[in-house]
Amino acid sequence: MTEAEIYDLLVEKFGDKMVEFLGEEKTPIAVVQPAALHEVITFLNTDERLQFDSLMSLSGFDLGGGEQPLGVAYHLHSMSLNHYFAVKVLLEDRKNPKIKSVNDLFRTADWHEREAYDMYGITFEGHPDLRRILLEDDWEGYPLRKDYVQAEFYRGMKIAKEK
Amino acid sequence: MTRLNAEEMVLNMGPQHPSTHGVLRLKLKTDGEIVSHIEPVIGYLHRCFEKHGENIEYQMVTPFTDRCDYLASMNNAHAYAMAVEKLMGIELPERVEYLRIIFAELQRIASHLVAVGTFGLDVGAITPFIYCFRERETILDLFEMASGARLLYNYIWIGGLAHDIPPGFVEKAYEFLDYFDDRVREYNRILTGNKIFIERAADVGVMPPEVAISYGVTGPNLRGSGVDHDLRRVQPYSIYDRFDFKTIVGQGEMGTVGDCWDRYYVRVLEMEESAKIVRQALDQLPAEGDVKAAVPKKIRPPKGEVYFRSENPRGELGYYIISDGTNVPFRVKMRSPAFCNLSVINEIGAGWMISDVIAILGSLDIVLGEIDR
Repeated sequence: MTEAEIYDLLVEKFGDKMVEFLGEEKTPIAVVQPAALHEVITFLNTDERLQFDSLMSLSGFDLGGGEQPLGVAYHLHSMSLNHYFAVKVLLEDRKNPKIKSVNDLFRTADWHEREAYDMYGITFEGHPDLRRILLEDDWEGYPLRKDYVQAEFYRGMKIAKEK
Repeated sequence: MTRLNAEEMVLNMGPQHPSTHGVLRLKLKTDGEIVSHIEPVIGYLHRCFEKHGENIEYQMVTPFTDRCDYLASMNNAHAYAMAVEKLMGIELPERVEYLRIIFAELQRIASHLVAVGTFGLDVGAITPFIYCFRERETILDLFEMASGARLLYNYIWIGGLAHDIPPGFVEKAYEFLDYFDDRVREYNRILTGNKIFIERAADVGVMPPEVAISYGVTGPNLRGSGVDHDLRRVQPYSIYDRFDFKTIVGQGEMGTVGDCWDRYYVRVLEMEESAKIVRQALDQLPAEGDVKAAVPKKIRPPKGEVYFRSENPRGELGYYIISDGTNVPFRVKMRSPAFCNLSVINEIGAGWMISDVIAILGSLDIVLGEIDR
């Protein structure tokens, strides 16, 4: 199935919970309301016609600091039917960004969600073990946010400034 | 009478440990010699690849990708270049495509040689390691001829190559292939069929296909579990559809499908297939063509995003790139295969002895530079 056909199927099922479809992108991607994300991905995972059994990648992103939203992109692949689909959510609340974990559907999400939490501070609700994965547990701030300010010291050691 | 201490003990394997293939720490919960839980602690080699990527221009990211999976630099740069090319819609000259395939497949052989050799080393066979490194040296000589470097090449650029291959390269490459043809039989004699090796690897750490798929395990590890999935076939990129090669899948010849031995043997046979591809590419290599013809003067992709994945020696390497229309990437995410491959270790490694955990870790063939990025 092509991405556009899959999107039509999703609109039929979820109606206005699907925000828009960016079919012009090199990798087409659908924008979903954060509250509906888990049920959309569950549908993609379990429906007979879709069978998305593999989560290729889960990436956090920041659309630019300030008032701009954070987001998470999910790239899915079906091993059995060999087709692709991607969805993303935009999280407006930068102070407390929250999204439901998909760890119950794909075990890949376990480490990927920890990484997104580590770098962007996005909380994945229902994740069994959400803590930092690449950085130290006592690191302050979320480095990949666009408005991240580098700390001067870490445990008394001076951090070299990027030029 | 003293009571026997029967509590579980936590044992730290690493961060400095010869069999962890880099700086990895495994927290093992052990009950005597049996491991009941494995928790990998990663991040010791974190070099902020993604943060750097957001602060430098597109072409400057290429050397950083080299340093992620340092055993497969060519493949990393190849995937990154293809991702940006897709974003920009660049058409490549035929000669570039063929040369890239030659380098990518030679790199796959070199990387698998390290994987096979070090796996032997992990379970106690020292000689095969030396044999494998002998062959790898020849490949590195070829890379040095072309790029001037032996480990980190910065050779595959966005839109082309850094420079054309020097005179004599093709002959040397043929020479290597003729020499390499017989080597796999040698590895089979010394390691694959060795009784001690089979005892250590067969039936150990069996990974069922549905576990592998759920954890996002890819590459030889997934194929070792009997799943016929190779991106060069499933979603042919570059010009892989022009070559004749087999996808190697684990058969469980010495034990169960998906055991350490299968993962090892898939790599051994894949080297043969890669050598076949290199030979075909050398045969068909167009004599004419400027390798820098399509290299853009300014790399400024239009606004948009792309997710591109390719088959690395370790599995599926994906780049998620968002462009805001400037010459600096807005977001570069690297989905590294070894990151997902390592996450499965508790699932397949719990319940085995400590020495088996070392064999299982070796059979997964991880590179920490890529896991920590």
